[in-house]
Amino acid sequence: MGKRLKGWQELPCGAIITDMGAVKENKTGAWRSMRPVWNREKCRQCLMCWIYCPDSAIMVKDGKMVGIDYDYCKGCGICAGICPAKVIDMEKERK
Amino acid sequence: MIVAKTGNEALAYAMKQINPDVVAAYPITPSTEIVQIFSNYVSDGEVDTEFVAVESEHSAMTACIGAAACGCRVMTATASQGLALMHEMLFIAAGLRLPIVMAVASRSLSSPLNIHGDHSDSVASRDSGWMQFFCETVQEGYDTLIQAVKIAERAYLPALVAIDGFILSHCQERIEIFDDRDVREFLGKPKPNYNLLDWRNPILVGPATLQDYYFEFKRSEIEGMNRALPIIEEVQEEFKKRFGRGYPVLEEYRCDDAEAVVLVMGSACGTCRVAVDHLRAKGKRVGMVKLRVFRPLVHPLLKKSLAKFKAVGVLDRVDAVNSYGGPLFTEVSSVLYDLPERPKLFSYVYGLGGREFAPEDATFVFEQVLSGKKDELVTYIGVR
Repeated sequence: MGKRLKGWQELPCGAIITDMGAVKENKTGAWRSMRPVWNREKCRQCLMCWIYCPDSAIMVKDGKMVGIDYDYCKGCGICAGICPAKVIDMEKERK
Repeated sequence: MIVAKTGNEALAYAMKQINPDVVAAYPITPSTEIVQIFSNYVSDGEVDTEFVAVESEHSAMTACIGAAACGCRVMTATASQGLALMHEMLFIAAGLRLPIVMAVASRSLSSPLNIHGDHSDSVASRDSGWMQFFCETVQEGYDTLIQAVKIAERAYLPALVAIDGFILSHCQERIEIFDDRDVREFLGKPKPNYNLLDWRNPILVGPATLQDYYFEFKRSEIEGMNRALPIIEEVQEEFKKRFGRGYPVLEEYRCDDAEAVVLVMGSACGTCRVAVDHLRAKGKRVGMVKLRVFRPLVHPLLKKSLAKFKAVGVLDRVDAVNSYGGPLFTEVSSVLYDLPERPKLFSYVYGLGGREFAPEDATFVFEQVLSGKKDELVTYIGVR
């Protein structure tokens, strides 16, 4: 907020973005209608959810799944569908 | 070297000499042969091109965009419904400032279905941010396709080179072709704006920009088109110097003391030349203004040229179905609007769906424009 926005002559030709990771500022999880809920105890740590998540919303630390990043999760349910141990439940999002 | 070639053969031959890095295309009448012949060059090893056979024109343009974003010199060819199917991707190519060059054998759009020539397809793409060239002859098509590569790469804008479907695409003409080496020397190596595969300088291509930046990026794209005309003229000059042939952006034919002229694009220019000569022989002061570049709209040149005449008939090989007049007519009207004294402007729509446009039709137009009297707002030439 309060950041000066660039004028058109300062922008790269062809609308390319050169500062990588800018999309992080753009939180995309707000319009979720279903929320994946992860059961930590029953998880086998196969990381299939991490491989398949199209929004990189599965948080992994030291090679282990540690949770779901709801700032970016759109609630698509792919993680719940792919999980072989069925430890992710899709629940109705409550605001 | 002098050879006999159809429009499609000539454009395919130009593509061979250009030797693009990638060609992605889907066959559609009347442009099919361009890529068909070119794919032979690929399989015979006469070009180094990576040829991508895709499942639709939407995919063709998408593949072209992907390849061009990786810094490749990219070409394709299409027509009619195929160009319409590319429509969404045309804007993306232009917005990403990718110098893709596309050959179009212009053809009408459905419905009803018709495979013959008019300018419906190209003109319908006029707001997509592509430069557009309309060619009078097969020779001009061949020359323009080569020029377009250089123009596009210098302007960082995609370019469409249109030859009239069947009239030029399938008719043979005596043309002069250059040596492969000369063409490649003329074009040099492409100098891409950016390269998606350059891992040392990672970039994101095609980002989402919302209310905060979309307008600024669009403004910068608009500036690209604003600056295109001098680039077109510059490349035109270089081409003329090298190959001895040139085509002005706007050509005046026998216009010196003309009272009435017609403004026209594409192969009908040849027909109008015949009519002008015929009427001149009878002492009528008529002339033709040929518009070769439709995008950018060359408004300073149009204004300078057309302001001289008493009456101008604008010939459109397409109707905008706007209940007013052809697309070129409405654009020329607005270009001339702020002149203190304007020529009378008449709108003519001709040749839809390959309908014949003969010298007699052109003569009819000239005589009406010369008389300065016209009952209807738009005259549809040759409609029963």
